[in-house]
Amino acid sequence: MTMDLTVGANLFFWTTDATRGFYERLRAAPVARVVVGEVVCSKRLPFWEHDIPLIVATLKDAGKEVALSTLGLITLNRERGKTKDLFDMGLPVEINDITALKHIPEGTPFWVGPLVNVYNEGTLAYLARKGATRICLPPELPLKSIAALCKAGKDAGVAVEVWGHGRLPLAMSARCYHARLHDRAKDNCQFICGVDLDGREVDTLDGQAFLSVNGVQTLSAATGCAAYYTEALAEAGVSTLRLSPQTGDFNALCQGYADRLAGKISPADLVAKLLPEAPGGRFADGFLDGPSGSDWQHPISA
Amino acid sequence: MMELVCPAGTPAALRAAVEAGAHAVYCGFSDETNARNFPGLNFSTEELTAAVAGAHKRGAKVLVALNTFPRAGAEGLWHKRLADAESAGVDAVILADIGLLDYAATNHPKLRRHLSVQAAAANPDAINFYAEAFDVKRVVLPRVLTVQEIAAINKEIDVETEAFVFGGLCVMAEGRCALSSYATGLSPNMNGVCSPASHVVYAEEGPDLAAKLGGFTIHRTPKEQPAPYPTLCKGCFTSGEQTGHVFEDPVSLDARHLIPALAQAGVTALKIEGRQRSRAYVAEVVRAFRAATDALAEGRELPLAELARLTEGQQATAGAYAKTWR
Repeated sequence: MTMDLTVGANLFFWTTDATRGFYERLRAAPVARVVVGEVVCSKRLPFWEHDIPLIVATLKDAGKEVALSTLGLITLNRERGKTKDLFDMGLPVEINDITALKHIPEGTPFWVGPLVNVYNEGTLAYLARKGATRICLPPELPLKSIAALCKAGKDAGVAVEVWGHGRLPLAMSARCYHARLHDRAKDNCQFICGVDLDGREVDTLDGQAFLSVNGVQTLSAATGCAAYYTEALAEAGVSTLRLSPQTGDFNALCQGYADRLAGKISPADLVAKLLPEAPGGRFADGFLDGPSGSDWQHPISA
Repeated sequence: MMELVCPAGTPAALRAAVEAGAHAVYCGFSDETNARNFPGLNFSTEELTAAVAGAHKRGAKVLVALNTFPRAGAEGLWHKRLADAESAGVDAVILADIGLLDYAATNHPKLRRHLSVQAAAANPDAINFYAEAFDVKRVVLPRVLTVQEIAAINKEIDVETEAFVFGGLCVMAEGRCALSSYATGLSPNMNGVCSPASHVVYAEEGPDLAAKLGGFTIHRTPKEQPAPYPTLCKGCFTSGEQTGHVFEDPVSLDARHLIPALAQAGVTALKIEGRQRSRAYVAEVVRAFRAATDALAEGRELPLAELARLTEGQQATAGAYAKTWR
């Protein structure tokens, strides 16, 4: 069966206009579904949560399936409250923190995002019994584990998604690295993460691109790219590739992956097409079948 | 009396901890089922069985960490270790993975379950979920909470809490970090290791010694200075104009002066990190902390000075308990 595409929640802090424009354009993108919501920092929510109903309506009107994401790290009482409220919106919720499991009304189907630890069949089966219908696996899982989980997903009626494109989410912290880099306290961050639209790069002392920070989140500096693995992932039973919002022509990126899945372009052609706008200017796909997550063994242009 | 939970990387360290006054010790099997899967560390089933008998004779409990996330297609190893732990007579297992918790609750209902810090349950909803779903009796709290937050959490939950007071400090939310596997292919969640020694190279480069992990330079020090171990998140990096410890300064946790406050906040047990540490270190730390918990129980002033030399020459912090960066 051919895989389809999900656009994950935007991990970065963009202006209201940029966010509106992004989702307005996404109506025309060849993707089956879109996850909308704030994953990284609850302090960003007041800037754009009033727009979420409109974004959802716009996307649904264009025929997309839409889910709302929880935060990725829930600690404060108001964050617990926000999480609970998500289940009253009449849309599927994608959980990105186990905290949400406490709030899911009995019998309500839900999705599981890439920040929840689903590493094995037992966890997948448990979540399926609780009502999970779609699970995006953590990006660090190798192909072999993905194949085993797809098999379990098939038995349990769960669609399995895999990280397809975008800087790889590697860690969350209670501490804000953007604020720290600007010598500010977290409570007085002045939303400085908003200046780095694809995250702020962190290099080694040798000048090697390594990581990027996005508020309390740490991502890879290289852009994760599954272009060379689409056949292997389909073979393993993966239903969907997940594309993570980034700056540039995102609809063209979605089209590129749709063409790849349809066999219209080669991995090398897709990679060549995506490279000019790839945050960090290089790709990584080592989590899937390499010696380390940062690995990339392919020529980067055709 | 607050329970003192102490690290035991080897049978010898376990005996030393018990002799020094540990109320409980925690350890793991010699494989990827626990988050300190280091060469030369941990227990065989036979060693564990003997260690449990020895500890019980002295009134100390033994807790076994099975706190990695079982590999798809290989859950059988983790399941076997649960059975091994129960046969060895351990007092509790410390688990993080939902699938493994579910399996343990179903197949080993009488084996007491603690929630590992690797599950990063940082609020009452998450803790209550684990308690209700898997009958978890105690939660090891993530190292991101202030004492006030711990007190507030304890008001909303019925299970016991265990808080770290001494030792190494994770910078990221525990159990949710793939930095190590991004650089080396091996991670705490999947392999029970972080920044593994197998991927460390010290390279002399001009006047410097570069400490590299998986090919990425994590530290650079003048050759004559001691080079720190390249733990990824404690490394020195450059971002824009800034060069320094982007994620965390290389300090270790020392919350001994907060012991009374943690007791007041309803914390049941105090945890000391360091299964990779030597027997002598463990004995010294345990002795000092036991004197402190005894003093607290008897209403005496805490003998903080005795603990002071343990961190001498190192930078220590009260960590998130003070949360100066908020």
